Formats: sequence, C-alpha cells, structure tokens
Amino acid sequence: MTAVEQRARVTLRQQLPLLLALVILWMLLWGSITPLTIVTGVVVALGVTRAFYLPPVELSGRFNLFWFIVFVGRVLGEMAVASFQVALLAIGPRSRHESALVKVDLHTRSDFILTGTALAVSLVPGSIVVEVDRASTVLYVHTLSVHSPAQVEKARAHVLSLERSLLRAWGSREEWEAVRS
Amino acid sequence: MVGEEQWNSILDIAAASLLIVAALLTLAAAIGLLRFPDPLSRLHAATKPQILGLLLVVVAIALSARSATVLLLLIPVVVFQLLTAPISAHMVGRAGYRNGDFEPSALLVDELAADVDAARGSELPGGSWEDEVDGGSSNPRGAGS
Repeated sequence: MTAVEQRARVTLRQQLPLLLALVILWMLLWGSITPLTIVTGVVVALGVTRAFYLPPVELSGRFNLFWFIVFVGRVLGEMAVASFQVALLAIGPRSRHESALVKVDLHTRSDFILTGTALAVSLVPGSIVVEVDRASTVLYVHTLSVHSPAQVEKARAHVLSLERSLLRAWGSREEWEAVRS
Repeated sequence: MVGEEQWNSILDIAAASLLIVAALLTLAAAIGLLRFPDPLSRLHAATKPQILGLLLVVVAIALSARSATVLLLLIPVVVFQLLTAPISAHMVGRAGYRNGDFEPSALLVDELAADVDAARGSELPGGSWEDEVDGGSSNPRGAGS
C-alpha cells in the first residue's frame, strides 16, 4: 500500500526538471531540434520515467547560478590540479603511498546536498567516498597521500569546504545561513 | 591579424597537444594501478586521471572537428562520465572495504573501522552488513516487507 501512496505523491511538476533533461538529452543524441525529435523525446521521457520509477528528489527551493558556476569551476580546477598530483604520485617513490579513511560529518541534512558533495569529492582525484551514512549525513572518505594527523584534518576541512560552496549555490536558506559564519 | 589558415593550424596543434597530455594521464593511471599498495588506493589511479584524460580527449575532438553537431554529441559524453565515474568508484571501494580487500598498514587512520565495530549488531551505515556477520538470517528488512 505504501508504495502506491508514494507513487501518487510524485506530481508532474516535481518530475518536470527530470523530464526536461531527458528531452534535451534525446535531442542531443539525435543532434537535431525538429518537431519530430521533440515529440518523440517527450514520449520517450514519459515512458522512461514510468518504467524506471525513481523517488522524487527534494530540491531546496533556492538556486544561485553565479555561485553554482563558481562551484563547478572550483571542482573542475581542483580536478585538473589533483589529476596531475595523483599521476606524479603513481610514478613517485613507494614510501609516499600512505592514505587515510577520514570520517566527515556534514552540516547538511538534505539528500540532495549529500549526493552533490559526495559526487564532487569523488571527482577530485585523491579522494573516494567509501561509505555513506545517509541518516546522519556522514561521509567516509578515503584520501591518498596522508602522512600526518594535520593532513587528516586538512582532508576533512576540504570536504567540508566543498559542501559549503555547494550549499552557497544550491542549499536551502536555513542551511546556508547555518554554515555562513 | 591571424588568417583562417593559421587559425586552423593553431587549433590543430592545440588539439594534438591535448591528446598527448590525455595519453600521458592515462599512462600514469595504468602505472598507478600497478604500483599503489592496495585496492582502495588503486581505485584512485584507475578512476581519476582517466576522467581528466577523457575530458581532454573530448575537448581535443571539439577543437579539431569544429562543428556544432559534434559538440552537441560530446556534451552528454562529458556529463555521463562525470556522473557515473564517482559511482562506480564508490561501489568498488565500498565492496573492497567490506571484503577486507585492503591493507590496514597502508592507512594512517581508519575512522570507519571504529564506527563499523560500534554498529556491528545494530544498524550499519549505508545498509546491512548483517549478511556478512551471520549469513543474512537476521536481516530485519528481509522479514518485514
């Protein structure tokens, strides 16, 4: 019974961003924007969202494009720098191959920010999310090249600062105010 | 002023050098795969430089093809790579940690082990570990629904 109730709660409006993204993807794959691809795109999007049911994603209701671009730029920049660091580490001496599993207790309570932070952390080379505790929003991050307790704290602070910049762009107002100081 | 001919060759040279950097990154990933001590560290080498490598290849294709349709096709390639690579890395890393497929001596600190021990018997972070502890017979969710 509960499954049926949950299904009914997903309104078309909640699904609209997903549907739109699917239609745009469809048109990108065809490489053309014609009435035919739009119509078939809408049909395919509706079919896919019906066939592969996903729970609704709770968005925060706030989105700042400028800070989101800053966030994306920061993640891409860190990714570029850290990719070369990991590459150097791979060809460097073996004694540098020390790592740590760091527990990071995030400020947010939202699934959406948790997922976004985990994605960003995983994209930046040198850190992988090994385990997630969704109920208390804790990430367990495996970090490469950690040799001292100070560097453990640095790794933790780095994850928290990524969360902070995502909250600044996309977090709900209360959560952003909470970490703002 | 830069003529069109010159402009084309500049873009071609840029694309070629991006391809070389991408190939070097992929080579480094392969070397890291061999040289890092345990599966958790190897995952870093296997997934990370390769993402940037693929991004650079895509940019190189965009620079040398210089056509809107190709560019539109390349966007989903990048987006899906950015979305899926962290997930596969997470799944392999999680499975590797749970199977004990890692070297504790290579870890400076392991803050997950303490929490796993504390939660053993009760609910564990991220799902059920009970399967491995006592063969899944006491899985509460399996009996409930």
